[in-house]
Amino acid sequence: MDDRVVLRVGAKILIPFILLFALYVQFHGDYGPGGGFQAGVIFAAAFILYALVYGLENAQRVLPTWVTHTCSAVGVMIYAGTGVVALLKGGAFLDYGALLHDAHHAQHWGIFSVEFGVLVTVFGVMVSIFYAFAGRGRVES
Amino acid sequence: MDAVIDIALLAFLGITALAILRLRNLFAVVMLSGIYSLLCALLYTTLDAVDVAFTEAAVGAGISTVLLLAALSLVGHEERKPVRRPVLPLFVVLVTGGMLVYGTSDMPPFGQPDNPAHLHVAPRYVEESGHEVGPPNIVTSVLASYRGYDTMGETTVIFTAVVGVLLLLHRGKGTRRPGSPKRAPDTGADESEAARGDDEAHG
Repeated sequence: MDDRVVLRVGAKILIPFILLFALYVQFHGDYGPGGGFQAGVIFAAAFILYALVYGLENAQRVLPTWVTHTCSAVGVMIYAGTGVVALLKGGAFLDYGALLHDAHHAQHWGIFSVEFGVLVTVFGVMVSIFYAFAGRGRVES
Repeated sequence: MDAVIDIALLAFLGITALAILRLRNLFAVVMLSGIYSLLCALLYTTLDAVDVAFTEAAVGAGISTVLLLAALSLVGHEERKPVRRPVLPLFVVLVTGGMLVYGTSDMPPFGQPDNPAHLHVAPRYVEESGHEVGPPNIVTSVLASYRGYDTMGETTVIFTAVVGVLLLLHRGKGTRRPGSPKRAPDTGADESEAARGDDEAHG
């Protein structure tokens, strides 16, 4: 692991840009291709790259397993929670129009909220599955 | 020009698929399946389905490849030679493929404006989503607002997938690690090794 300097430095340079690109894909989804799903995958890819280059133990020190597991569930809760909030505000389930007075604003925030839920779930799921595969059958030495 | 690009991409797809079939080195197979996904993404781009292409490139070519490589680290890099000649599977594949090709003859011509897909709800999305929902990207409006229920279902499906994978593969605090002296007989490999160890102890 120690002799692959180019790989380690290269990964270190790339990771912040991958994270930034994921955020761009997330927040630019209204105007261009992209959205929560793609952004979640790209965000997860940054951590998976880190785990591939620096080892699973280091990656799990940055992003513990319980965080990824929690993310997987919390994202679905954010999505469904948006629907419940719309219900409580007097609309139908996932009817964003009920969230705020201005319909456009309400739609915007509703979409933002559910896309964020998708991002969190997809990110958590992808890293969790990678951890589950990579952490298996490896003898600690 | 479009036809040339389509033919070239589809030819590469066919070549990649055949190479995946012929190769026994699973590492190369995984890499080729990533290339297959990238070619699919390019095809979606030529069809103007940029969102789908993006997903295909990120999931199919990116994450799937990494997950398959992680799986390879568990199962080894060489595929065993099949013991029997796969006549029945070949027959099933040929019949299914033939039926699918036959089915395409009933499909409406590609790209016609009066196709069923363009007449049902699509005009409403194209014309009204701008002031009903707002985002300039209609795909986002459809996925997150018009079809919010569907997307919530998809998110739940992804969550269910990770629950399944973790139930099968995850080693939590309660389970023993492979290096520990007493093995938990939770997997096939561990079980056989544990059994062998018991035999030695008794003999």
